[in-house]
Amino acid sequence: MNRAVWIVLSAAFAIGLWQAVVSVTGVPPFILPSPGKVLDTLVSSRELIAGHAMITMTEVVAGLIAGSALGFATALHLMVSPTARKLLMPIMVFSQAIPVFALAPVLTLWLGYGIWSKIVMTILIIYFPVASSFLDGLQRVEPGYLDLSRTMRATPNQVLTRIRLPAALPSFGSGLKLAAVYAPIGAVIGEWVGASGGLGYLMLLANGRAKIDLMFAALFVLAVFTIAVHALVSLLAGWMTRRAQGIS
Amino acid sequence: MPGVSGSFRYDGKTLFSDIRLSLAEGGWTCLLGPSGVGKTTLLRLLAGLETHGTFDGEIHSGDVAYMAQQDLLMPWLDVTGNVTLGARLRGETPDLDRARMMIAKVGLAGHEHKYPRALSGGMRQRAALARTLMEDQPLVLLDEPFSALDARTRSQMQELAFELFAGKTVLLVTHDPAEAARMGHRIAILDEAGLREFPAGRTKPLRDPQARTTLDLQARLLADLRKDQAA
Repeated sequence: MNRAVWIVLSAAFAIGLWQAVVSVTGVPPFILPSPGKVLDTLVSSRELIAGHAMITMTEVVAGLIAGSALGFATALHLMVSPTARKLLMPIMVFSQAIPVFALAPVLTLWLGYGIWSKIVMTILIIYFPVASSFLDGLQRVEPGYLDLSRTMRATPNQVLTRIRLPAALPSFGSGLKLAAVYAPIGAVIGEWVGASGGLGYLMLLANGRAKIDLMFAALFVLAVFTIAVHALVSLLAGWMTRRAQGIS
Repeated sequence: MPGVSGSFRYDGKTLFSDIRLSLAEGGWTCLLGPSGVGKTTLLRLLAGLETHGTFDGEIHSGDVAYMAQQDLLMPWLDVTGNVTLGARLRGETPDLDRARMMIAKVGLAGHEHKYPRALSGGMRQRAALARTLMEDQPLVLLDEPFSALDARTRSQMQELAFELFAGKTVLLVTHDPAEAARMGHRIAILDEAGLREFPAGRTKPLRDPQARTTLDLQARLLADLRKDQAA
């Protein structure tokens, strides 16, 4: 059987198990609603969920693009400037010791309840994985290529753009794949701390009002969105890897 | 005349001291010897490449074309892209007509737009040869470029390289006495005892690998390489 069939079977199994737990234990819907109830809510509240989903998607996509671009530019800059590398690397590593979630209240204080604090949160959470993964790829280029380019009297800029960068594309792709997983986490954490919209906000609101079916419906949409972003980014990363290996 | 003379220390130990290697102008000099005695270091000194040690002496080389045991083809560039890499790395406009000619000379006509992964080991080394030719430098430095190839491909590549590098000053680093016996106008042996020139005889390369004189030269080279180990 092919992969798609297994995915469908796997989903059916999970939903079946969920339904079985609800039926056997007789747990009330405000603790754990049945899959059917969640689906009902998903359909009946689709406009409400869609509105909040648009906000979260905007935050995630904007954060992903800005964070990846910043990470890309930082890695290139650190590659060409040993001084910048020595000066900034300790700061970057230290910044990773701070749980980014702990910064969320400060970001809300500084940037308000709108989408900007969430976008910055998302940027902060993906910036380092993208930058460090790409920088690693730029630095770990085959030494023989550098020998060859040296004998060809290559200029440093040409070595960077024509050898290091294409060789490091797969590493950049790996960084992007990590970023795609982290980005929705950043946005939702930001929304939990203080927001007036978004799926994270909706989940918190629904939870507080014991509308667990709505919370699950929002969670489901968030999960589907995360998987879709990851799939798209994986396609892009796969293209980068094939490009670097000369598979047309 | 291109060459190196001096001493080299690496990691607190002397790799070679007071050696003098001068290359046969317009011909092939084969540098033969066991691994780890500094053959590649000598070549890298001539190429102006990082050696991770301290060299004390003189180097006469200038611009070089370099070819290593690995083909060093960029996997993301097709054959034409790889052959014209030098020009692109210098920020010049590549001469595509000349590239096509070089690719044809090494027998890769029709493969211009293939990527390295679609080529066999021998074809990849041909592409590397075309890239080296494209650089058109007076001094060509070859670091065991044929040693990873099978016997038939290797002998074809030796003939092709000899023909295409005619008139250039070539240094070939090798650990294969048969290759040195076949290719060298001048043969130098580098081992723990130092560097010495080995008489290549009256015949001229490219020598017939089956000729009595070539086989004899090869046997004497091998005996010389083994002599020191016994002592």
